[in-house]
Amino acid sequence: MNAQAHLPARNTKVMNRFDLTSRLIARLKNDEAVIGGIGNTNFDLWAAGHRPQNFYMLGSMGLALPIALGVALAQPKRRVFALEGDGSLLMQLGALSTIATLSPNNLTMIVMDNGIYQITGAQPTPAASTADLVGIALASGIANSAWAADEEDFERLVEQSLSAAAPTLIGVRIDEKPGTGTTRRDPVQIRERFMHGLGVREPL
Amino acid sequence: MAEAGQSWHGIVLETLKRNEIRLVPYVPDRVLTALIKNLHADPFFTTFATAREEEAVGIVSGAWMAGMKGCVLMQTSGFATLANVLASLAVPYQIPLIMFVSERGTLGEFNYGQALVCRTMRPVLDSLSMEHHTITRLDELEFIADRSIKQAVTTQAPVALILSPLLTGGKVFDK
Repeated sequence: MNAQAHLPARNTKVMNRFDLTSRLIARLKNDEAVIGGIGNTNFDLWAAGHRPQNFYMLGSMGLALPIALGVALAQPKRRVFALEGDGSLLMQLGALSTIATLSPNNLTMIVMDNGIYQITGAQPTPAASTADLVGIALASGIANSAWAADEEDFERLVEQSLSAAAPTLIGVRIDEKPGTGTTRRDPVQIRERFMHGLGVREPL
Repeated sequence: MAEAGQSWHGIVLETLKRNEIRLVPYVPDRVLTALIKNLHADPFFTTFATAREEEAVGIVSGAWMAGMKGCVLMQTSGFATLANVLASLAVPYQIPLIMFVSERGTLGEFNYGQALVCRTMRPVLDSLSMEHHTITRLDELEFIADRSIKQAVTTQAPVALILSPLLTGGKVFDK
């Protein structure tokens, strides 16, 4: 069953996760932190080209936004991006309210919405044909929340978020393709490299 | 050492401050009320409520990797929601997650569900070989908390500090 067939008509193009992630990474010039959510989201982040400021989750589904919030609070001068899937966000919707309340202006959240749990067999999420995740973000208090109409609009929204006075959430509708690469599953190295990338400590 | 007449929550607050623990997200508990109020009143701390305990664990994990130390406050039933994030984030990534758990479910519990969920806490901690201490005495609080925080940071391993009703008075049946 194609979950997307049940979605209400929207003027948003169905894009591709790897393409959008690659476009984002290509724009980063200031050692911005990027937190990749569980599964395909961080697989595509890995495939877009490893950088020490990337953090890859190997579990703890739903925590990309909270981890990114922690980084944003600790380093208010660094731009922090969180890449999260729709199923993952649904697991931790309360995080949107927390972020709206604290309102760090250096946080940009990108929600990749294909309406399915792609990695577990493409089952539709409970929100697939009903809930609007950008609408939920707006109602949670994140005023800078919008669907990207297409790739150019996505890049424009990313650029806009860099100088926003409050956190930004960008919803992107994506296709059902799986992730392009596979993150090397070495949590200690991932964490250590990330800390080097953020300037918290030096390599041994 | 602890001064005469100092409250348990005063000692916890001072110990956090001395160890540069500035970020304190929490899911509230009646017993923690005074501590939470005083954390909010002190500009040294960034403290706020989260919707769920694992969200708070994600926040302090991200903050620590970015150079800011934190801890999470919760009650026993909240700890019971954490097995997945402990096993998939805090332990394997070697993150010094510091947790203060206000213990319910024992020594006069009036809600059977709380009594049951309390029994899951130490087996979960033990099954992950996580450091944990149950603090029962005011005169031992500063030593245990201060040493445990330092050990967590230097060994990059999580720790749970369980605040017993013997220390805090706990929550009693009032209506």
